[in-house]
Amino acid sequence: MEHIVVVTLIIGGTALLSLPLGTYMAWAMDPGSTSPRGTRFTALFERVAGPGAATGQSWQRYLATLLMFNVVMFSVSFAILALQQHLPLNPDGKGALDPTLIFNTAASFTTNTNLQHYSGEVSMSYLSQLAALMWLQFVSAATGIAALAALARGIAGRETIGSFVVDVQRASFLVLLPLCLLVAPVMVLLGMPMTLQGAVQATTLEGAAQTISRGPVTAFLTIKQLGTNGGGFFGPNSTHPLENPSFWTNALAMIAIILVPMACVWMFGRIIGRMRHATVVFAVMTLFLLVKIGAAVTFEAAPTAALTGLPVAESSNLEGKELRLGATTGPLWAVLTTSTSNGSVGAMHDSLNPLTGLVPMAGMWLNATFGGVGVGMINMFLYIIVAVFVAGMMVGRTPEYLGHRIEAKEMRLAVLALFVHAFLILGGTALFAATPWGQSAVQDAGAHGFSEILYEFSSASANNGSGFEGLGDGSWAFNIATGIVMLVGRFLPIILPIAIVGSLMAKRRAAESSGTLGVEDATFGSMLAITVVIFGALTFLPAAALGPIAEHVSLP
Amino acid sequence: MTRPTSSMFSRELAGEALRQSFVKLDPKYLIRNPVMFTTSIVAVLVTVLFLRTLVTGQGDPVFEAQLVLWLWLTVLFGNFAEALAEGRGKAQAASLRSTKAELEGKRLKGERTETVAASSLRAGDIVLVETGDLIPADGEVIGGVASVNEAAITGESAPVIREAGGDRSAVTAGTRVISDWIKVKVTAEPGEGFLDRMIALVEGASRAKTPNEIALTVLLTGLTLIFLVAVGTLPAFAAYVGGSIAVPVLVALFVALIPTTISALLSAIGIAGMDRLIRFNVLAKSGRAVEAAGDIDTLLLDKTGTITLGDRQATEFMPLSGIREADLVGAARLASLADETPEGRSIVALAGAGETMPGSAAPVAFTAQTRVSGIDIGDRSIRKGAVDAVLRLHDFDPGSVRELKSLTDKISRAGGTPLAVADGNRLLGAVYLKDIVKAGIKERFAELRRMGIRTVMITGDNPLTAAAIAAESGVDDFLAEATPEDKLELIRKEQTGGKLVAMCGDGTNDAPALAQSDVGVAMNTGTQAAREAGNMVDLDNNPTKLIEVVGIGKQLLMTRGALTTFSISNDVAKYFAILPAIFVALYPGLGALNVMNLASPESAILSAIIFNALIIPLLVPLAIRGVSYRPQSAARLLVRNLGIYGVGGLVVPFVGIKLIDMAVSGLGLA
Repeated sequence: MEHIVVVTLIIGGTALLSLPLGTYMAWAMDPGSTSPRGTRFTALFERVAGPGAATGQSWQRYLATLLMFNVVMFSVSFAILALQQHLPLNPDGKGALDPTLIFNTAASFTTNTNLQHYSGEVSMSYLSQLAALMWLQFVSAATGIAALAALARGIAGRETIGSFVVDVQRASFLVLLPLCLLVAPVMVLLGMPMTLQGAVQATTLEGAAQTISRGPVTAFLTIKQLGTNGGGFFGPNSTHPLENPSFWTNALAMIAIILVPMACVWMFGRIIGRMRHATVVFAVMTLFLLVKIGAAVTFEAAPTAALTGLPVAESSNLEGKELRLGATTGPLWAVLTTSTSNGSVGAMHDSLNPLTGLVPMAGMWLNATFGGVGVGMINMFLYIIVAVFVAGMMVGRTPEYLGHRIEAKEMRLAVLALFVHAFLILGGTALFAATPWGQSAVQDAGAHGFSEILYEFSSASANNGSGFEGLGDGSWAFNIATGIVMLVGRFLPIILPIAIVGSLMAKRRAAESSGTLGVEDATFGSMLAITVVIFGALTFLPAAALGPIAEHVSLP
Repeated sequence: MTRPTSSMFSRELAGEALRQSFVKLDPKYLIRNPVMFTTSIVAVLVTVLFLRTLVTGQGDPVFEAQLVLWLWLTVLFGNFAEALAEGRGKAQAASLRSTKAELEGKRLKGERTETVAASSLRAGDIVLVETGDLIPADGEVIGGVASVNEAAITGESAPVIREAGGDRSAVTAGTRVISDWIKVKVTAEPGEGFLDRMIALVEGASRAKTPNEIALTVLLTGLTLIFLVAVGTLPAFAAYVGGSIAVPVLVALFVALIPTTISALLSAIGIAGMDRLIRFNVLAKSGRAVEAAGDIDTLLLDKTGTITLGDRQATEFMPLSGIREADLVGAARLASLADETPEGRSIVALAGAGETMPGSAAPVAFTAQTRVSGIDIGDRSIRKGAVDAVLRLHDFDPGSVRELKSLTDKISRAGGTPLAVADGNRLLGAVYLKDIVKAGIKERFAELRRMGIRTVMITGDNPLTAAAIAAESGVDDFLAEATPEDKLELIRKEQTGGKLVAMCGDGTNDAPALAQSDVGVAMNTGTQAAREAGNMVDLDNNPTKLIEVVGIGKQLLMTRGALTTFSISNDVAKYFAILPAIFVALYPGLGALNVMNLASPESAILSAIIFNALIIPLLVPLAIRGVSYRPQSAARLLVRNLGIYGVGGLVVPFVGIKLIDMAVSGLGLA
């Protein structure tokens, strides 16, 4: 009963909140010419962007600018991380980092992944945390929102898809920053630290000396949740008492995880002017989300296998949970953080029951229910293209999406994007499962260890960033491999959909009638859901069978 | 063209298709279909492994032999489906070709003629064709009149008149002059004529992949690559737990997962779609045109012959006040006695018995300039014709002109066509000619509307008449007093709004509109220009067929979509058959995934592969016939097809694989 109340309040409440936020984001990202305030902001951002910004860019230029921007961000962060021992704001005197870890971390935060092969409070100076990592948490999220706005403009049939430099400013200053400024004070009031002072030395009740790390936690956490980043200030992420002090910070953090990804769907609907279509997409995503939550909560209700045969009272699996936050929060957070590409953790995923552990993985394999800010909807766009193609033929017409004809070129790009995701996860897992790089890094033998590797690559390719843990992922091999996977898994799925839209924009748009495939009804919703399952999940069934499912069936 | 009466699986066709299935194993040919090409590579690989097993004695030769057999059968079944679809056209092509081989022409050289083989005739040559001769090449009649039997092309044995000038000047190679003679200027170079094109079409030789087919092939190839990754990574996963997976088993999983069903049937579906059109006596110049037909948003239909019966019938005489009805009837009858048009005859019939034509009478024929016809008896001149044309003949009494106009407006508003009748300088009244709207046409338009297709009636009538007929027939819109330029303008306007437009036409002045439209159906009786401009030719000259052509185009795409859905949803069951079979050696507990309770791992794998192969020939009739199609809205079509082929695709293989497994294990094959 408690589960149902918590889930309903958090998912239902956030869904309600997301609607006005989506409307606001559509205004912020795509003000049009009617809003005088929007025009003033636009004029300001265009001045920063330089000449030509007002006319918008071709899709190729837009992508080129996006990539250039990210290359610069990557390089600056790399430099800060590499030089942190020589730079200020380092009260605890953090030392030099391993070069492959620097590469992995810069890639991780540039790609909105926040896979952390380090513990922040051990390795990172405050400057690294704030100027390199937190800064990237803003701009990587802004990049995703900008890309979605561009995609939507193309589908809406605008002249151009916009100007990236203007879009990234809009997403940062009009969307993410105001949202953080709203949420952060609440978090501080609820007891989260926000300071630039160094660690505290404390004496425990037993008289032992203890060093308690602290820092600008609130600022970091807020964008970590709102921007589907997930990189924790502390190693234990949101299970750390200073990163998640109470039940209320926990609830607010979960809302913050899913809020912007949900709002992105509405923003997309507003910009393309098809809210009914957005409602169908939203419903499909919600359906997947609820199924995953239901599965996770159910599977996790069984006691952990470690207790089998022991003379203890049977309870739900309590291993690896922060019990001060309630028992539901573990599986619920696990689903939310992997359904979006957030990747912060509220419980130890390694300790989840085997089948519960499958649920977060499935979330990352699909990566579109609701997915990362901006990019989740972009991923769903790929599934929509495939669904429209097959369904379009079944109604006896050359497939069209909102009047845009889907032909060989679009299909090639969409299928390539879906292929890349599967290839990065399965290929990476295969490489490490068959070699000492992975075999010697796993903590547990057999199927569970395999799950650890599979999870790591799923997390990297989906730009999620959560870890199954129990994996010695700090090796140079994991640093480099997952770094590459994150970069490819981030930018190809942005480049390819925008290229699809670029190709669609060049074609004559077809009129819609009752003979064309409707994308605003439950039938299309079912078609889309089936497509997501078949194209997104079926590919991973063998891997799932050898990981979590094999572990489950091998339980005594 | 003679319609083939043989059934789909007639002995000769099946025999030839069987032979072709092996001929098509040529890699040059297979590579056009990436999924089937991949399957054949896998078949070769497994064959080599089987031979190695035979030599080394390690492995299970019985199991591998069966795997080899069924993998090759999968490829052969695909070839067979395509060959069968082609076969029906090939038989027709053979008879057309034999016609072509015996063609000879009498080329005019100055005053003399010389007999040459048709293949040496060039565009611009002039040939004489006399009674009994076959016309040697496509061309334009430039002299003479002849009746021509075009049965070789159209299957219609009633001869047609071909003469110089006008819309009936085009002649086609292979048709026979049965009386008189004509001089024909050849318009087609050898090998590019209508007959050649038809041979190529029915043979499927000129069949290029259509845009939608290419896009679908991309999707299927992409799926194959994705499954290559999913299956290709399994040995590494198995190695992690210190196990291994035998290569034949691995590739069996791969072949079962890749979309072989739809890929094997893909070209058969396309060929059969073209063939359905050909059987319908419509020749599409490309597969692209057939697909475009399914996408049509707006249909331009000529009123006469499509919406209304070709002939207007006189239904009422309407005299002006002060004129006795008998006077009007008598005059109209006299004016129509010499008029052989259906309208003229219907006036005579409606008037009933009356005076015969006096010997001194001189009939005045209808001409495009005067637009009236009638009769002169001595100095009495009786005329009937279009109202404005008759009024132009004399300065009639203004009062009766006004009355006539109100009378004729009333007729127009009711959807009729008024004919004015005048006797000398006296206006008598009007004849009400009525357009008879075809039975059932209103329901057809309602169907089309449900499919989202807008119908526009094209007519030369005035707007009043057009509006009335439009209302009666249920057409969505009309274009009255349409000139060829208006038609072209309308098509352009619709296309700018993102709509695809279909029309049919026959005259030279239709050619620009036919070329502009997305689907242009030219009547076979039409001019060479019209036939060149359209992308389909209707051999029966029946404009109503445009509606069926749209249906055939939709059916083609629906068949493709339905079988794709079926093929892909089959994968769920195949996973559940093969995965536990492969993994049970690594983790015995994974036997729990064997929900079908298949007898043994070998039997499970074989059953999935056998199902995968057998489903191809089982679906061949569906691929060739097309999925059943009724005009419905897109939303309902999707519900229906998703229900049948999506859900069916999930359920059928579970049942099928289980049954095959019972047979395989029962027979002790594995």
